[in-house]
Amino acid sequence: MFKSIELSVGVFVGIGLAALFMLAMQASNLASLNNDGSYEITARFDNIGGLKVRSAVKVSGVKVGEVSAIDYDTEMFEAVVTMQVDDQYQQFPRDTIASIFTSGLLGEQYVSLEPGGDEKLLGNQSEIRHTQSAMVLEQLIGQFIFNQGSDKKDDNSPF
Amino acid sequence: MKTLSRILTRLGRGTIFLARTLAAIPQLFVRFGLVTKQLHSVGVHTLIIIIVAGLFVGMVLALQLHYTLTTFGAEDTLGLLVDLALVRELGPVVAALLFAGRAGSALTAEIGLMKATEQLSGLEMMAVDPIERIIAPRFFAGFLALPLLAAIFSAVGILGGYMVGVDLLGVDAGAFWSQIQDKVDFYDDVLNGIIKSIVFGFIVSWIAVFEGYDCVPTSEGVARATTRTVVNSSLAVLGMDFVLTAIMFN
Repeated sequence: MFKSIELSVGVFVGIGLAALFMLAMQASNLASLNNDGSYEITARFDNIGGLKVRSAVKVSGVKVGEVSAIDYDTEMFEAVVTMQVDDQYQQFPRDTIASIFTSGLLGEQYVSLEPGGDEKLLGNQSEIRHTQSAMVLEQLIGQFIFNQGSDKKDDNSPF
Repeated sequence: MKTLSRILTRLGRGTIFLARTLAAIPQLFVRFGLVTKQLHSVGVHTLIIIIVAGLFVGMVLALQLHYTLTTFGAEDTLGLLVDLALVRELGPVVAALLFAGRAGSALTAEIGLMKATEQLSGLEMMAVDPIERIIAPRFFAGFLALPLLAAIFSAVGILGGYMVGVDLLGVDAGAFWSQIQDKVDFYDDVLNGIIKSIVFGFIVSWIAVFEGYDCVPTSEGVARATTRTVVNSSLAVLGMDFVLTAIMFN
């Protein structure tokens, strides 16, 4: 009698642990994270838009790492974005361009790296020189309205 | 005024009782067989209702969400929404409510009946502390069982959502899983859900064993205590859920 109780409790705990394992591996991002083998690159942006810590870093649309820290440099008045890139993607030239794009029209923002042609490579702790800031929709709309307004004025001007 | 002092007295008694129970837990590891036996009655017997309820909750979630999501052309996020709803909220909460109804009430009735038939006083006469021998194993077993049950509930619910979403309504299986694995965070979502279920397990087990131990030792008293266990622990779980959610996800 007692043996069968022990067996059924063992089965119960086994199913419970299997469910936890499934939630961890299959139903969350734990399996896709590997923080041990990565190196660090920083980039400075005028405006990072809605970029957040843990946003993706992509090259040609392939995720190669994630943003690990976002700071503000009070001397240069710029945002400093620190990224962790997987060790298996080591071959980025020094003149790689980092831009902040949006996935889809209203999706999340991510850092996109575009490799350049330099023969020297980016190492650990190195900084990307060429960056392109996030596109802020309000600014674009503002510029568009401003241009429209000035176009109209041009049409009406006698010159 | 009188009601207030009665409530506060009960709360104080409950807290002292909890402290004595917690103090008795280290001795349980010497005779873990007591806990295993309670895990059987509290955990294994609740397994079926948890699995069936989880399956249906996941299936209903998938049906409802699919209906709304198709109007936006966003069926691919079905798996993500089902997963988040289950892992963050419904898994811990519904499992705790079912646990209170299925296992908590049984614990209260059992302990209350032991008190009414003077088995607890009998143990004391033999110099066996009933808290050590009867209460602590039941409390600890409930505390261990609920996180496992909540995880099973969520996992089965996701499979139920998969069955309805992918097999029945034709959402792409790859999109279902990739959206989940991309957007559900292990620490922020899954681990916080598990912490919730640990807290709920603690509360429900505490209320169940205390109501049983503290009941009026008559058949009517046991009946009332059992009702109070289900009502109070359900309310405590829902209230605590709001507090925990406010702390975790803001």
